[in-house]
Amino acid sequence: MTISNAPMIEMEVLPDSKWRTALRDHPLLVLGIVLIALVIATAIIEPRYLGVSGLRNTVLIAAPLGIMAAAQTILMLTGGIDLSVGMIATAAAYVAGNQSPNGAAIAIVLGLLVGVVAGSVNGVGVGLFRVNPLIMTLAMSAILLGLFTALSFTVLQGSTTVAQFIKTIGGGSFLGNRIPYNALVWAAVSVLIIYGLRRTGLGRLLYAVGDNPIAVRLAGIRIWQVQIAAYAIAGLLAALAGILLAGRTGAVDLQLAVNFLLPSVAAAVIGGTSIFGGIGSYSGTILGALILGVLTTMLTFLDAGQAIQQIVYGGIVLGLAWLYARVTGTS
Amino acid sequence: MTIEPGVRPLLSTRAVAKSFGNVIALRSVELDVAPGEIHALLGANGAGKSTLVKILSGVYQADAGDVEVEGESVRLSTPAAAVAAGLATVFQDPALIPDLTVGQNLRLTGIDEGEVRVWLERMDGASLDFGALIRELPLPLLRLLDLARALALEPSLLMLDEITAALPADQAEHVFTVMEEWRSRGNSVLFITHRLGEVMRMCDRATVLRDGRTVASVAPQEVGESGLVEAMLGEVVHGEPGAVRTARAGVGQVLLEAVDIGSGDKVNGVSFRLHAGEVLGLAALEGQGQDRLFEVLAGDRRPDRGEILVKGASLRARSPYDAVARGVVLVPPDRLLALLPQRSVRENLGLPLYDRIRRWFSVARDEKEKVADAIDRLSIDTRAARQAGRLSGGNQQKVVLGRWLTAGFQVLLCFDPTRGIDVRTKAQIYGLIRELAADGAAVLLYTSELAEIPLVCDRVQVLYRGSIVDEQPAESATEESLLTAAHGIRSEEVA
Repeated sequence: MTISNAPMIEMEVLPDSKWRTALRDHPLLVLGIVLIALVIATAIIEPRYLGVSGLRNTVLIAAPLGIMAAAQTILMLTGGIDLSVGMIATAAAYVAGNQSPNGAAIAIVLGLLVGVVAGSVNGVGVGLFRVNPLIMTLAMSAILLGLFTALSFTVLQGSTTVAQFIKTIGGGSFLGNRIPYNALVWAAVSVLIIYGLRRTGLGRLLYAVGDNPIAVRLAGIRIWQVQIAAYAIAGLLAALAGILLAGRTGAVDLQLAVNFLLPSVAAAVIGGTSIFGGIGSYSGTILGALILGVLTTMLTFLDAGQAIQQIVYGGIVLGLAWLYARVTGTS
Repeated sequence: MTIEPGVRPLLSTRAVAKSFGNVIALRSVELDVAPGEIHALLGANGAGKSTLVKILSGVYQADAGDVEVEGESVRLSTPAAAVAAGLATVFQDPALIPDLTVGQNLRLTGIDEGEVRVWLERMDGASLDFGALIRELPLPLLRLLDLARALALEPSLLMLDEITAALPADQAEHVFTVMEEWRSRGNSVLFITHRLGEVMRMCDRATVLRDGRTVASVAPQEVGESGLVEAMLGEVVHGEPGAVRTARAGVGQVLLEAVDIGSGDKVNGVSFRLHAGEVLGLAALEGQGQDRLFEVLAGDRRPDRGEILVKGASLRARSPYDAVARGVVLVPPDRLLALLPQRSVRENLGLPLYDRIRRWFSVARDEKEKVADAIDRLSIDTRAARQAGRLSGGNQQKVVLGRWLTAGFQVLLCFDPTRGIDVRTKAQIYGLIRELAADGAAVLLYTSELAEIPLVCDRVQVLYRGSIVDEQPAESATEESLLTAAHGIRSEEVA
């Protein structure tokens, strides 16, 4: 039996341009087109870009960003955000560098552990003590910076260069120097996250918590558990990104990943994840990270400095947030 | 009865209408308030009383119709315009800013503190410290403060929207005294209440709204309480009575028992037993503590007193999780509280399957099957299944209910599940509730539509000011008998 029912909550009726319809119905396709257009534009500016090393460098840049943006995506889906991703990545890399003389395995495990612990503390603060995610993670970022500044003069004095294995996975390539190893790590992470978000109970809950936390609570789910899990996973991903980044630069310092905070949010927003939670996907974020990677390369070719890059990132985030709001009819 | 000829009404409305989207709140309201009278505005839940008051106080704008003050047509485009026209309102909820002091609130609206103090003193509220934060003051005192503030505006018409609902008897008396004084000065009062006793005692005339229309304008003393109730109900029109009770299943063991539950001043010692296979109706006017009672039963709030027993064992819930784990589940008052509007119907229906961490690592194997089952059983229209928020209200409600079909439960707490839903869907929902009971579930059903209680329930209890005041077999319960009890009137008194 079917019953005719007019939709109660209608989308805001806007005169639909083709672009708007396309972006709403096939957001990934549109992002893919933007990515290709950017690659072509970059190739026009600098024809050598389409050679082996040009594209490889883009991926090399995009991979740690993409993993850090995975952390951001997961939290944004729950309606949260992590302002400490950059600092967690830095702290993890710092520990990994410091422990490198003990072997790459110990260095990586301890580095990841730093991320899980910091992320879990964020999760406990947000989930159990109801601290606003912005405040909690901003505070975590400040605490980590202070802590590691102090530790760098005492316990963590010593190695600031990383083990060879970390350098290889973070900065090396294979297949005739074509494919960076960090792209492999990123691919594995991507598969796990896309699967996890679509095909697991936790994935369902991450979206649900962001969409309507009251409903989730009334459905008999303990939201704090979901939040702690989300922040812990985000911490782990940020740490992994930090270690890859350390491998790429070869050495660690306390500024290593600090500049990645805005791009990590930008990649998720470009990919269509709503900062209000409940909507988005990691596939979108992957494209977002790649777009930012190409953009960075392009700006480098244009000889634009860090300052210009930051302005461009900020502008893109604002513009896209506006665009998505228009397309989905939400404010 | 109309106003005596020759007397120009202080306020009159002509064919005032108002809709919110598809929902029609007011169809055609005719109201005449004479100078120097206390005029009651009556009507069942959802009849449009509060909407009318908000139009008359400039909060909403009418879609159609005309409002006249002393014969002059007025445009009440803002609250300030209403005050300028001599209309002041005390709303159902205090219109005060909680984080400011009393004095700051008054200054914010430019009201003379001395004047407010004079009125407060007359209502025995002289002890009020103007330096106290609003959030720290008890609700009854805030009602009086709101009233004093409205009086300080010296309105020719004072509108009181259920002011006595939150007041203890002695403070209500002060309000009555002030109302009488206001009348004696030649001003008028528009008085909204669910308590017919107050209408009989205080009001010169009454206008009754039903379904957004004026259906009567009478002198309460002439028609009596029963006459008012009749006017509020009108001829009772049932839709398709699709949910007629099936043969009564034998009532089983007690699944949920409430023992003397109390919560703040909202719920005062509620006890009942809910058996397997039974649908227990709860009838109440607005604001009798039913919201709080459901919150407590669903584990969303701890009771201050009393105990909840599930199958004889005590349930002390810290969160809804504990109640759900014991099979006590809630369909909340507002379906938007329970819906994931941006997620698919499937995700909405499957949500409770992931309540334990060990179920987080995959999608439940039987999710698809259970979801399909629920969709089928409730005939949910899945054409907009990708976003539950785009479903119609009725389908959204089905999704909220269907969630518990996928998860399984023993006790279903349903709070007004058919509010704003078309007749056909209503019948489906009630049909399902009967089926669930026949399968051995226990259902507690609060509904604001009293006419529907005999259609679905086995027994009905009446909640009044936070206590159960009456119980009737649902078969013989009528809207009139329920409404009478819900007004706190004992049935003998009317008969």
